[in-house]
Amino acid sequence: MESIRSISVGPGSLTYTDFPWIIEHNEDRCVLCGKCAAVCPMESLELSYSRSRVPKLDILKKKRQSEYKVVVGIRQKTDTAHRCVGCGMCSMVCPNAAIGPRYNDNEHRTVFFADKKGDPYKRGGRKNQPGPTLLDRIVFDRISMLTDPALDAGRHEFYMNTVLGRVLPPEEFLRRKQSGEWIPPTREIFPFIIGGMSFGALSPNMWLGMLQGVAYCNEVLGIPVVMSTGEGGCPPWVLRSPYLKYLILQIASGYFGWDEIIRAIPEMVCDPCAIEIKYGQGAKPGDGGLLMGFKVSKLIARLRGVPQGVDLPSPPVHQTLYSIEESVGKMIQSLSTLFGFRVPVYPKISATTSAKAVLNNLVRNPFASGLCIDGLDAGTGAAYNVSMDAMGHPIASNIRECYLELCKQGRQNEIPLFAAGGVGKNGNITQNGMALIMLGASGIHVGRYIMQAAAGCLGNEKNRCNICNIGLCPKGITSQNPKLYRRLDPDQVAERVVEVFLSIRTEMKKIMAPLGRSQSLPVGMSDALGIADAEVAKRLQIKYVC
Amino acid sequence: MCRLALKSADDPFSPYEVLTAMEAMREGYDGSGLGLLLRGISFEDFNYKPNRPILSGIVQSEAALHRLNKFMEDRGFELRYDHEFDLDRRVLEVGDQYKYVIRVYRLPDDWSSKSEEEVENLLMHTRLDLRRDGEEHDGDLTVFSFWPDVMMIKEVGWPLQVGDGLSLHDGRIKARVVMAQGRQNTNYGINLYACHPFFIQGISTMTNGENTAFVPIRDWLLGLHKPGYQGYQSDSEVFTHILHYTLKELKLPLQAYKHIITPLKTEELEKHPSGDFLRGLRDSCRRLIIDGPNCVIGTLSDETCLMVMDHKKMRPGTVGGRPGCWAMASEMCGVESLVPDRDRSLDFQPMREHTVIIPPDRKELVIWSQFDPYPLAQAA
Repeated sequence: MESIRSISVGPGSLTYTDFPWIIEHNEDRCVLCGKCAAVCPMESLELSYSRSRVPKLDILKKKRQSEYKVVVGIRQKTDTAHRCVGCGMCSMVCPNAAIGPRYNDNEHRTVFFADKKGDPYKRGGRKNQPGPTLLDRIVFDRISMLTDPALDAGRHEFYMNTVLGRVLPPEEFLRRKQSGEWIPPTREIFPFIIGGMSFGALSPNMWLGMLQGVAYCNEVLGIPVVMSTGEGGCPPWVLRSPYLKYLILQIASGYFGWDEIIRAIPEMVCDPCAIEIKYGQGAKPGDGGLLMGFKVSKLIARLRGVPQGVDLPSPPVHQTLYSIEESVGKMIQSLSTLFGFRVPVYPKISATTSAKAVLNNLVRNPFASGLCIDGLDAGTGAAYNVSMDAMGHPIASNIRECYLELCKQGRQNEIPLFAAGGVGKNGNITQNGMALIMLGASGIHVGRYIMQAAAGCLGNEKNRCNICNIGLCPKGITSQNPKLYRRLDPDQVAERVVEVFLSIRTEMKKIMAPLGRSQSLPVGMSDALGIADAEVAKRLQIKYVC
Repeated sequence: MCRLALKSADDPFSPYEVLTAMEAMREGYDGSGLGLLLRGISFEDFNYKPNRPILSGIVQSEAALHRLNKFMEDRGFELRYDHEFDLDRRVLEVGDQYKYVIRVYRLPDDWSSKSEEEVENLLMHTRLDLRRDGEEHDGDLTVFSFWPDVMMIKEVGWPLQVGDGLSLHDGRIKARVVMAQGRQNTNYGINLYACHPFFIQGISTMTNGENTAFVPIRDWLLGLHKPGYQGYQSDSEVFTHILHYTLKELKLPLQAYKHIITPLKTEELEKHPSGDFLRGLRDSCRRLIIDGPNCVIGTLSDETCLMVMDHKKMRPGTVGGRPGCWAMASEMCGVESLVPDRDRSLDFQPMREHTVIIPPDRKELVIWSQFDPYPLAQAA
């Protein structure tokens, strides 16, 4: 028996069965091309060889012995830095279907060792809660049947756009129109908005592919899709291009990218769609944004005016401002002034119990143009596990109570509410979005779904991949490493963006037609909603159906 | 789906005429109720002065009648005429109503110093107070309208049968404008308050089809906290209130109604001479967009009548007639029955952009299109 000390097993030693993903390799089919190891972003695979005993059984001879042969194959690394994240790129490139990750049903002992160097586990933004979400469980049950047959989704003309921007009460609009006073700017947009994912968090190929797709939707198909830039600005040529009108420029607490924006203002050929002031992000309240140093490439450093390779944390709050009331008062007004009161300016906050208070402040602020509320399921970049799993407020009840608050005041027409946070995380994008619209949202911000649908993001709710934060995105969506992002063709992303929005539009018709709606987005049409959960129904003030 | 008929004529006629038109349109509906609104009223046995308010409603018990009498007396209203219908209870589906109320009152003396607007508000509040009183007493008192020169009758049952039960054919009541709705029970309960036409401060509309945008519109109107914007026991009641809001609150011309309930598309407004204004109006009034499918027929205090279609025009209405006598109906055979001696080639079915107006002089139809310039200085 050997002494314990001489065995190379320490407190943090793990074997591959302790990992969430186990690489299965079929050596009979492997042709040793090595593509799997080359493509693996985590470098989880190493080529290795082992000696294999081949027993030699010759029955007629008394002498028995073994032969040995050398087997060349794959070995999974067992340190957490090189853990397999289950992205499956190896199986995608394998010419013989000889390799692939398998989800490990056993306990994942890696959770006990995810704090290497004293740093808690971070990952790309996913709550990792599989199964149908609350939004998935909502059904639309007010099918027009009795006095009127349902409309024809294929034949009728549908009006599906929403309004971004403050809308005056009719009396006030008429008064101002008559006296020639300022009327707040509004934009007519498609209700599904590509939410704020920054140029930096996303690779240039991904970001430009999305912009190209958005431009095609607007200019060729007439679907007024817009996208938020996220914090980090956008390339200077975009600011000086006519595509700017499809962009919601986001300003957040790090003000990254705003030097370039301010510099470009005199040369802008059109106004941006809107300005979004980010006060909070649903996935990581108390953390702010974080662009990790791995992703601060030369280009990103130039755009953001920072040194290359350093972490770029945005503070969780705007450090120069005393309170949200002051923020609302000051920032909205100064940004409105900056763009000559021609551009809607609205804040984005985390869904919280104080959302209603913020909303009421906005209602009283004549320059506020809307409110985006981000629920806890959102997030694309780096966030601490504990923040994502345990902080924040789900979006459905938050948006509902804000809408009902506006109803009580008779002002639901005035401040449009936009909802974000886990919309379409199981793929039911239109159903989720329309449910939120009928609960009272004027539009929906979508991030993750777009990455998955338009660029083939491999992340899922079982912690597959989720390494957007470390710049090793196997698809090149969230990486600033040219070797990785060149895997992604911007033209193909654009094509997928267009396909996605065309499908959403068709699905919207399939939902609206049987409800008898074709001429206005069913914002607040809560009589069409039902759910087989009495408590939820009571909370959301919709029907209980079963 | 409900059946709608309206007749407007220089010479007063019996409301029973309109009920026979309902009978012409009887195919394909359940006749679950009748709603009638009369304007330009004359009684056979009473010399009615058109400035006196008429209370219309139903009283279910003697106690309720006493309360009604006391209520009106306490407020200083003086009863001038109490119409007694020649009831045939065997014909009426609901035979146990205590009394159908059509009463003419004289305004309290101290109202003479009040402005027109104040009087209008007081009349509305009187009706609302009576309605509340009925609701507090198990619904034993139902008040449909209280307004000068307007009379309303509503009852559950087949329209012609209701007319026979109330002996409307006896010629004792006549009017220049009669609008009637044969109600098809939809997804709401059978309730007298839910029966069309709806009425608020001289403005009245009735509708066929189902209003799928009902909940958002109702929520918004309720949020205005204006007296009178309440009840909403029918999905279509909001159409009347939108018309009231357009004319009385926003003080916009009648043409604005169409722009509010079915605004033009952005690309259409870009070419419209008043596009900028209309786009702002559309955004401001976005919650009031009706999604139909509906045909809305209405009348105003000055005996103007109107018809508009929703954007989809799935329930087309028809208008026809001759100078001095016009009819609007949800089906062509209704017009045929109301004004048979007209030039049929001039019948008109409004498209989705039209508002058809029968002006009070009844000389000719006004067909107004949303694509026409908007008639207000604001739009310039």
